[in-house]
Amino acid sequence: MKSRKPSIPYIIWMLVFTMIPIIMIGFTAFTDKQGNFSLEPFTKAFNYSEVFLKSLWIALLSTAICLVLAYPLAYLIAGMKHSTQNTVIMLLMIPMWMNFLLRIYAWITLLQDNGPIDMALSLLGIHATYIGNTGAVILGMVYEYLPFMVLPIYTVMSKIDSGLIEAAQDLGSNRFSVFRRVIAPLSIPGIISGITMVFVPSASTFLVSQYLGGTDDIMIGDVIDKIFWTDQNTGSAISLILMIFIFVFLIIMNLFGDEEAIA
Amino acid sequence: MKNTKQKSGILSKVYIAIIMLFLYAPIAVLIFYSFNVGKTTVWKGFSLKWYEQLFKDDNIMNALGNTLIIAVLASLFATILGTAAAIGISNFRGKKRLIIQNVSNIPIISPDIVTGVSLMLLFTFLGVMFNFEMGFFTVLLSHICFCVPFVVLSVMPRITRMDQSIYDAALDLGCNQWQAFYKVVIHELMPGIFSGLLMSFTYSLDDFIITYFTRGAKFQNLSIEIYSMTHRKISPKINALSALLFLAVLVIMIIINLHDRHEEKIKAQKT
Repeated sequence: MKSRKPSIPYIIWMLVFTMIPIIMIGFTAFTDKQGNFSLEPFTKAFNYSEVFLKSLWIALLSTAICLVLAYPLAYLIAGMKHSTQNTVIMLLMIPMWMNFLLRIYAWITLLQDNGPIDMALSLLGIHATYIGNTGAVILGMVYEYLPFMVLPIYTVMSKIDSGLIEAAQDLGSNRFSVFRRVIAPLSIPGIISGITMVFVPSASTFLVSQYLGGTDDIMIGDVIDKIFWTDQNTGSAISLILMIFIFVFLIIMNLFGDEEAIA
Repeated sequence: MKNTKQKSGILSKVYIAIIMLFLYAPIAVLIFYSFNVGKTTVWKGFSLKWYEQLFKDDNIMNALGNTLIIAVLASLFATILGTAAAIGISNFRGKKRLIIQNVSNIPIISPDIVTGVSLMLLFTFLGVMFNFEMGFFTVLLSHICFCVPFVVLSVMPRITRMDQSIYDAALDLGCNQWQAFYKVVIHELMPGIFSGLLMSFTYSLDDFIITYFTRGAKFQNLSIEIYSMTHRKISPKINALSALLFLAVLVIMIIINLHDRHEEKIKAQKT
């Protein structure tokens, strides 16, 4: 138990399967097809800056909607009886265990022309197309990642010492100010990890936009998927930019978290 | 927070109900259409023919088998590698430990698509060098890659919380290091190891992106099969498959939940 040796296989494993692949991405991003040093992959990658920005925008909106939906939900769950809490959390998790693709496919079925929603609204005299636009992509993202926002916020809230809340009540706080002065500040670490857990996958996912979006809803993940099979250099350059962006984002989020913890 | 005297008012019940409707309506719709005779979203009558066709579809059954084999092997191997790693890493201190843990977390925090693409580069390169093609084996390796960090993360807190003296006690009582580990220490770590195993298994089952990039030309698992089915003409067999997967998940979750409650009761009785 006091030896470092058991970690040796994993350290070697990380070298081979984590470090070397990243180095290879970096190397491929700075070379041309013949393997000579070149910045061409990056100049090509910048052709997709608009797609990149749009992906970030879609991810940002999805994350914001998830937060707005998840926060009250987590608050309500944390205030329930213990056994009810477990059941509700289980109900939140079950759809997550279904295959990722099947969950999007379910929305295709729901939203398509002559699908259930279209048929129901047609009866009311409303005719519209519900699939193939940015709204549908965001809907799909929220559906995929909502539980990732609820769980960390709920975890933090359920650990809040009830003594703190009672103390605040004894000192004359009403329910609103208990929330504002005790629960809200203490739930910030949960919010931060929820934001990261939703933003990172939604900024980098592919397929959701292919299935639910229109032609101009292509996201950066779709671009990597499309390009990588023919032009690994440009594909690597975009992947590298995406990865660096995500890492910077995570570092900033961490700074936020620390500051709040001190304050 | 559970002791606060909150009345769960009508409004909060309605809110939770709406969220649940949002989460389950799409699945319910798939299950509903899995019993439809027709191929479209127009109801033409009840039938089980899509289920029949599903079980006769060798591709899907084969893909399901591959998914399960990969999930079992990857989670087992990742659990062994990760548990050993966590024990070793816990004996590092300071900067070295920080570096190792951060590198270990890279597959968790970097986007799946980047992990997939980078592993594809590695396997293509190695494939040229050692003359092999991507397939079952490369998918298995990739799945182990993204599973191990979860095992390390769930075993590590157990080690730091464990009372080191019980290991020393085992040694004093005549165990050698290995016996002290499998007779004493492993029982202390078991909850962490088990949750690492479970997480690995689920992530492996659910993965599409990393498999997609490391599978080569021929290997099919369930995600890939669903992907190619949704790209071809959509068949209601997918609905039947969804319904069955949902049922499986539901049963597993209920069993886990009942098991947890049972254990809580036993704990409550003991104290």
